[in-house]
Amino acid sequence: MKIGVITFPGSLDDADARRAVRIAGGEPLALWHGDADLHSVDAVVIPGGFSYGDYLRAGAIARFAPVMGEVITAAKGGLPVLGICNGFQILTESHLLPGSMIQNDHRRFLCRDQVLRVENAATAWTNGFEADQEITVVLKNQDGQFVADRDTLDRLEGEGRVAFRYVGVNPNGSSRDIAGISNERGNVVGLMPHPEHAVEEGFGPGLDGRTVFTSVLEQVVSA
Amino acid sequence: MGRIVVDVMLKPEILDPQGQAVRGALPRLGLDQFTDVRQGKRFVLSVDGEVTETHLASAREAAETLLSNPVIEDVVNVHELTTDEPEQAPITGAGA
Repeated sequence: MKIGVITFPGSLDDADARRAVRIAGGEPLALWHGDADLHSVDAVVIPGGFSYGDYLRAGAIARFAPVMGEVITAAKGGLPVLGICNGFQILTESHLLPGSMIQNDHRRFLCRDQVLRVENAATAWTNGFEADQEITVVLKNQDGQFVADRDTLDRLEGEGRVAFRYVGVNPNGSSRDIAGISNERGNVVGLMPHPEHAVEEGFGPGLDGRTVFTSVLEQVVSA
Repeated sequence: MGRIVVDVMLKPEILDPQGQAVRGALPRLGLDQFTDVRQGKRFVLSVDGEVTETHLASAREAAETLLSNPVIEDVVNVHELTTDEPEQAPITGAGA
């Protein structure tokens, strides 16, 4: 069960994402942004960081990296793809997910343990959770405010495509407390907080993040 | 060498935290008459020779694909930078 993790210039959490995959029981495979080949992986993680220095807009330049052409095609064909933080931004810039991220409403970089509610436990990356389960993972970002027009937000809500919602505090002004969304098919998920930093005892706020990675392994096995 | 200017602004309904930060700083300089500030981006694209319609069409394509994100931003201006227009518009005083 191979899960590819893409490294762009400026990626920070690629090693943590590969470690999370390994701890969850999968085989991580490092993918390179300049290589237009997914090497037959069963799923892809686009990790957090500051791809291309976040120049232009967060995720904007990474969207045109050679590997992303392959990711976009494969995602449309049903390959599970998870974008975390900067990876979420890359997925919106790729138009695989709607909306966009702008700077936090308070304009500060934020790092905290964040409670989330799993709103949709039927996606490729959330099927190991119970619906409405509350989990705690790490949140750290500067451009984490999810925005979309009202029609898009209504459609996301109506189609059950809000995957994760902030609980207790909205850390960045995101529309309707949305922390993560999925595409229609549920194979592509983007979320702003970092489940890969909550997979191991003694590191991070707990082990809740591990279920994101075991979910996709389960999904791939049963597919 | 010809140059083409592309100006991109956040859509009016999108919060502009950078503009707000600037708006908050101006009164500290004693400039308290500005009720809002929006911060945009200007790109200057250079080409060999004179700017042609083909260059402008390519610049518009660049503006709509990479240089702006249509979800949050508007391309407000794509035009040739004429020789009498400096790359950075100078600050002109009252009556200038």
